[in-house]
Amino acid sequence: MTAAIRAEGLVKRFGPTTALAGVDLAVEQGTVLGVLGPNGAGKTTAVRILATLLRADEGHAEVGGYDVHREAAAVRRLIGVTGQYASVDEDLSANENLMMIGRLLGFSRRAARARGAELLERFELTEAANRALRGYSGGMRRRLDLAASLVGRPAVLYLDEPTTGLDPHSRNQVWAMVRDLLADGVTVLLTTQYLEEADQLADRITVIDKGRVAADGRPDELKRQTGGQTLQLLPHDPQDAEKAARILADLTGSAPGRNTDTGLLTVPVEDPVVLSAVVRRLDDAGILADELALRLPSLDEVFLALTGHASEEAAA
Amino acid sequence: MTTLSAPSTLSPRRVSPAATLRAGVTLAGRSIIRIRKNPESLVDVTLQPIIFLLMFVYIFGGAIAGDTHEYMQFLVPGLAVQNTVFASMGIGVALNTDITKGVFDRFRTLPIARSAPLIGAVFGDVVRYVLAVGWLLVFAAILGFRVQTGFGPLLLAIVLLVAFALCMCWITVFVGLLVRSPNAVQGLMMIVVFPLTFGSNVFANPATMPGWLRAWADVNPISKISEVSRGLLVGGPVAGPLGYAALWMVGLVAVFFPLAMWAYRRRVS
Repeated sequence: MTAAIRAEGLVKRFGPTTALAGVDLAVEQGTVLGVLGPNGAGKTTAVRILATLLRADEGHAEVGGYDVHREAAAVRRLIGVTGQYASVDEDLSANENLMMIGRLLGFSRRAARARGAELLERFELTEAANRALRGYSGGMRRRLDLAASLVGRPAVLYLDEPTTGLDPHSRNQVWAMVRDLLADGVTVLLTTQYLEEADQLADRITVIDKGRVAADGRPDELKRQTGGQTLQLLPHDPQDAEKAARILADLTGSAPGRNTDTGLLTVPVEDPVVLSAVVRRLDDAGILADELALRLPSLDEVFLALTGHASEEAAA
Repeated sequence: MTTLSAPSTLSPRRVSPAATLRAGVTLAGRSIIRIRKNPESLVDVTLQPIIFLLMFVYIFGGAIAGDTHEYMQFLVPGLAVQNTVFASMGIGVALNTDITKGVFDRFRTLPIARSAPLIGAVFGDVVRYVLAVGWLLVFAAILGFRVQTGFGPLLLAIVLLVAFALCMCWITVFVGLLVRSPNAVQGLMMIVVFPLTFGSNVFANPATMPGWLRAWADVNPISKISEVSRGLLVGGPVAGPLGYAALWMVGLVAVFFPLAMWAYRRRVS
């Protein structure tokens, strides 16, 4: 397999701040790389460099074999960018935006119109095609951003936090659309703050922290390092906490952590089947639970496991 | 779609001049759609000159020239200059808005020339300039202003005013690319434009001004192009002031075009 995107030793400083302190990235053709990290980790800076919007201070990056700085024009023929900074024009309708991009890409008027209509249809925006964008919901806006980045049928697509701030329904829609693109053979670099998103979409995940790569691997490999899922239990009666903790320790083999403010008990779980056993044992002991759930490790937990320190956001 | 090579007929580094021009025209079309969708964005070139015209002609006209009609014949050619200069200030705000909103970055990820967004903005602005002059002259005509010369000089006046605005616009392109917010562009440009347009012979004869102001008003580019405009619309010397005005236009472009390009490259590299 050939690498569609290859970056080596990217360094970028903004005044006294070092946004990237030597980042390597590689994405094989036709696959999805999830770049995972908290706000300020350097994800967007890396994407902007790969999208020819920003010049790295040090290091080297190629897209489709073209140097992002010296051969930027060729790189721009290959890429599509969806991010909050590469926006559509709010004064134009969806239709006008897509038409304009098509024309800028050298399509004839007729071809630009046809391509726009096709994308609006695919992203379920046909009805709103001629409406002002100010009336668009967050999900519609994100779908249009995605459509706008696909006008030129890019071989490489950057999705910079495509679902941040979206409700779960819109998020699922965006995910479904990304999966469709993969079926077309597009290479995708996806940045996200959500482990679940990377898990759902990515073939490989690179975790970035403070401008450096903290971990890199397949999602299942990383998850094994982070200890799988977490079981949460909030006993109805705080007096039962002791007893409930003993049951959890018994079934999972590790002592649960206890939040002193809320009384919430959390414990890492290897096998989700343990949940039904927990329910049975609590029932037998007559302990009522206000909350009982299994969840994936949060980004903070991933960070803790992979880097040995909490993410800045959790610390703040 | 899966292949990763760009079409081999295209150079990986450069975009052809013809393609650049075509992208510029497409982006100018975008400016025109924006004007059509937000007619209120034309307030500075439509409503404002009406207010200025009414205010100066009917409130101050009698006091300045003794007769409102006579004052209007004096004022309108200069006011047309002021109006195009105001119109040329819009481009800085528009460019800055595109940058802050991210539209600019979208363009920059497309395989078009780096200069295309700028060329498009300037092309699109010419439409605003023509509207600015045309609208003022039409409204003034309704109030009783009369062109004393003929159709040829009228057309030449419009072309010259648009050309003058095109030279002035590099100041605001420069400022628009330099400062952080669209509001800051507007604020800064007001500081530039008011001394330029009021410290001139547009509203009153500089002979009545104190020496220091008169010295400024006499050399002010707005005064020179206003004299040209007066000559072409109501009669008077044209060639002399046109020489001065042309020098100013060349000077403005010589200074502010490179500065604007420097700021542009800084913003797009």
